This record gives sequence, structure tokens and C-alpha cells, in this order.
Amino acid sequence: MKATVLVRPKPGILDPQGEAVGSALGHLGFEVSDARVGKVIDLEVEASNAGVAKALVEQMCDQLLANPLIESYEVEIVG
Amino acid sequence: MRWRSLASPQPRIGVVTYPGSQDDRDALWALAALDAEAVPVWHDERELPDLDAVVLPGGFSYGDHLRCGAIARFSPATAAVREFADVGGFVLGICNGFQILCEAGLLPGALLRNESLRFVCRDVPVTVERDDLPFTTRCTAGGRLVLPVKHGDGGYLPPPDLDPAQVVLRYVDNPNGSIEGIAGVCNEAGNVMGLMPHPEHAVDPLLGSDDGALLLASLVDAARERVLAAI
Repeated sequence: MKATVLVRPKPGILDPQGEAVGSALGHLGFEVSDARVGKVIDLEVEASNAGVAKALVEQMCDQLLANPLIESYEVEIVG
Repeated sequence: MRWRSLASPQPRIGVVTYPGSQDDRDALWALAALDAEAVPVWHDERELPDLDAVVLPGGFSYGDHLRCGAIARFSPATAAVREFADVGGFVLGICNGFQILCEAGLLPGALLRNESLRFVCRDVPVTVERDDLPFTTRCTAGGRLVLPVKHGDGGYLPPPDLDPAQVVLRYVDNPNGSIEGIAGVCNEAGNVMGLMPHPEHAVDPLLGSDDGALLLASLVDAARERVLAAI
């Protein structure tokens, strides 16, 4: 099954990369009041159904893919 | 049982080399210059040799992929270091070693991208907050050390419940956006410490500062006392 993980800097955590992107967009003439930069991790996992796959990927997030102190994550099973 | 001189035993201090470690040789050289027996430890080793202290050096372990230190945390040697720390062994993490200890949960907090988004590489003054740790007994609380920093991800974020007593070093002029200027912290027990500045690059005045020798020699002293206590 294919899974997509979105990892984001938690609200309130300083995200200098997001700030730099926001300010660059401002230079291009776009009005952006906030920009945050996270990451996307696409996975292919062995699982019998979507629920099992989601539980498995959440374990991966807790153990490695996200640092709970600074990042939040969302798991989407795309089939 | 290895042979030890009873009068002044030479403590054995291991330095772990991960794929991508850079400062392991400098750390080995500095520890040997400060009269320790410096022992290289390969990341693949599940059991540590007979050691009195361990240093995790700076660099870019596993290419800093995902997050700095996130992959090194699962190295066999890191598991061995965790067991060593759990029974009170002295562990010092420098720069990437600090990031690894945070990712492994041996130290509180996390290290974020520098606030400036720029890599910083210069000598910085830091204030010593504690001089009662195995890493700082040769320093004076309130005194200053000049140490080099060279990192892109050195912004320290403490957990909300960090005990202020765990702060060991603070930057005088914050180079990276660390919260409250924290440059080095220890665990609650005080046997594990991490810092972003590089004491191993500052053990000879010819290189700009020898203040780093105060931290490393403190560790050598503490490790030697451990040997004497065991005899």
C-alpha cells in the first residue's frame, strides 16, 4: 500500500526556512502572511488493509520519521 | 583485567566514528594530548571495549539525512553507549554528537536549523554555568571559555520542563538562535553532556584558544577517578 506522510514544524517552533520562503515570495510580489516548510515522505508498505497500514506508518513516525518535540505528522493512505 | 599504573592510571576514553563523522580524529588526538588512552570505536560495534568515558564527535553522521542525528541514534554503537550511560558512564557529545544524544533521548531537547539559516564558523565566548560536573571541574562557574563553533543546525530548543540546573554552557553572543543562549546541557544525573562548540579544536593556543582543554581535561580527570575507584 502507498502511504504519504506529511511532517510539519509544530506551531510556535521557529521555522527560519519558512520565514526565508515567505520573504522570497514577498520579493516576487506575492502577499504571504505566513509560510512554514515541512517535508513529505512517500512510502510503500506491506499491509492487509488501510487501517493496518496507517497504524504501521504511525509507528514509523513515532520512532523515526518525526521528532515529537518539534514536529507534527499526518499519515494518508493513498491505496 | 588490564594493567594499570596505580599512581596515575591512564583512563581509556572511546571516540565513536559513525559514517560521516569528521571530528573523531581531532577528539582522539586531543584526548591523547591530555593524557588519556584514546580508543577509536567503530559505529558497528554492539559492545564497547573496556572504557572509562565515551565521546561522540562532530560531523555529519549518515549525511544528516532526515534530521541531524536521527539515523545515528539506531547505530549498534549508540545502543552500547546508551547502556554505558545508563549505569553512570560519562558520555560527552560534541556538535553532531550532541544532536545524536538529543535524538536518542539521552539528553533533553532538540537542535534546529540556525535562526540565520547560515552555517556559523567562528570562535565564540561561552559562560560556564556549572563547575561540578565530570566535564567542567577544571572550569569556574561564571567564568568564560572561548570555543569554536561550526554548524548549520545548532539552535537549541529545550523541552518546556527543562530544569535550569541542566544548563551547563551559555553563549555570550547567541550565534544560532538557541533558546536562552543555551550552548550545552547535561542530563538529570549529570553523567551525560552535549554541547555545540568544539572543545577538541581548542586544546592548543596555536589554534586560537586552549579553553577546550579545560572541558576535556575535566573529563579525563573524572574518568581517571573512576579507574582509581575501581582498583
